[in-house]
Amino acid sequence: MLVNQVAVFLENKQGRISDFCKALSSADINLITMSIADTTDFGILRAITDDNDKAIKVLKDAGFTVSSTDLLGIEVEDKPGGLADVLSTMDNAGINIEYLYSFVKKDGKAMILFKVANIDETIEICKNKHLKIIDTGISIK
Amino acid sequence: MFNPKIETMSREELKVLQLERLQKIVKYAYENVPFYKKKYDQAGVKPEDIKCLEDIKKLPFVVKDDLRDNYPFGLLAVPMDDIVRVHASSGTSGKPTVVAYTKNDLDMWSECMARLIVAAGGTKQDIVQISFGYGLFTGALGLHQGWEKIGATVIPASSGNTERQVMLLKDLGATALVSTPSYALYIAEVMEKMGYTKDDFKLRIGLFGSEASSPEMHEALREKLGVIPTDNYGLSEIIGPGVSGECLEKCGMHINEDHFLAEIVSPETLEPIYDEYGELVITTLTKEGLPMIRYRTKDITKINYEPCKCGRTSARMEKIRGRSDDMLIIKGVNVFPSQIEGVICNIEEIGNNYEIVVTRENYVDNIKILVELVDASLLHNYAMLDKLTAKIKHNLRTVLQIDADIKLVEPMTLKRFEGKAKRVTDLRKI
Repeated sequence: MLVNQVAVFLENKQGRISDFCKALSSADINLITMSIADTTDFGILRAITDDNDKAIKVLKDAGFTVSSTDLLGIEVEDKPGGLADVLSTMDNAGINIEYLYSFVKKDGKAMILFKVANIDETIEICKNKHLKIIDTGISIK
Repeated sequence: MFNPKIETMSREELKVLQLERLQKIVKYAYENVPFYKKKYDQAGVKPEDIKCLEDIKKLPFVVKDDLRDNYPFGLLAVPMDDIVRVHASSGTSGKPTVVAYTKNDLDMWSECMARLIVAAGGTKQDIVQISFGYGLFTGALGLHQGWEKIGATVIPASSGNTERQVMLLKDLGATALVSTPSYALYIAEVMEKMGYTKDDFKLRIGLFGSEASSPEMHEALREKLGVIPTDNYGLSEIIGPGVSGECLEKCGMHINEDHFLAEIVSPETLEPIYDEYGELVITTLTKEGLPMIRYRTKDITKINYEPCKCGRTSARMEKIRGRSDDMLIIKGVNVFPSQIEGVICNIEEIGNNYEIVVTRENYVDNIKILVELVDASLLHNYAMLDKLTAKIKHNLRTVLQIDADIKLVEPMTLKRFEGKAKRVTDLRKI
């Protein structure tokens, strides 16, 4: 029921995101989406690939500090208000979101990836509210 | 002059006095400090072997690590009952270097300071603001005692809160300032920002010490604060400030040679050298609590024995040119890379490699330490990385007494060394 994400520590210096992408491409791994914020000295690059296990191995071999985290993926309609409805549901249930990012799937639906503190509890709430929880393994590819 | 009899003594008379005192202190240390007895016995030298001043080279050296190994009071020559004051500076590793003074030591210290203050233009009429940090550091109390001894008015402002410093300087009409040269320049900047010019103050002299300064810095101090700047030198292991200081001729720092015997040795061979730059080695000729015989200061300088235009006959040492070890002086605080290494290696989330970058901006020293992140479990969120940075900072502060900027870098990106590691980059232009 979860979406696995790769997290990589990147120093804020020229060429590092490119190095990261090269490491993946050399192992024929496809990036599905990624997110990185602008910070002063360093950043955490978060990405979802078509083979995270392989990506983690390849990146570690290339000298990156890598870890993986599970996110909650929810599918929403790619239209105005699609995300707002989901967020107000979560808000009403008192769920605090640490961060989120998103991408549009091939079927035209939007996929929102949430990092929350208590993921199991959040899944239960989302199920009760009939939100569409997506598992990476099946739907993303 | 504060003590013309001593300060203008002929070199011949001085040498007689120095030899007499050297013989006495060597015997005293040998008989009262087991450390010296053991050291001299091992070297096969007896106090009686000191027959002339040159014989001092028969004695083994003392280094800062000896103080650490005998921490805190192992090198004292008197019972604790006779100790009236303790000071400390940072040591080469976790523990500070502790020094202790008898009543007579404090009197001697005040006398030495008083001479240097008068040589730097200080008088009984002066109102002096001491903007060194008070506390274990010897700088503030050393100068404080000396100024009181000459009968001046002392404002023990301590360091920090610079706007308040400026207010005190102005409102209390200070005529003299004691601080590190870099802090004095910072005070000058703050004065300017507060809308003052040097004419709003009565400052006329500035006694600067505890870190290196260049003639250019002194020129800036003269211009911005309207003071005649002079340097003074000392180290806590010997006494604190009071070892030597510039007179108004500004041609080297006069050494209080009746109390401190100075030698220059080659840092490589450790043999005495003359008329060239080398490491300064000092022997305390009169200190009771913690006699230091042939203490290696690791400071590089040169000594000039020609009489000075000011009339003093004491030898003059040049500004410190550098160090023969890796000690850094940051914001006036001694910092050894080994201390930083100790802290870094005890934090599991980061690697054992590190780099230190020292810079100076707006006359304020800044130390930045680069460390490699190795614990991938902290990548869940930024807060965990921030917490790690805060922890490294805190641990460093506990040991170094100063704040360092921490920069986390990727693993295996810092330089690796096969031979002697060069981890420090000092970008300060002094």
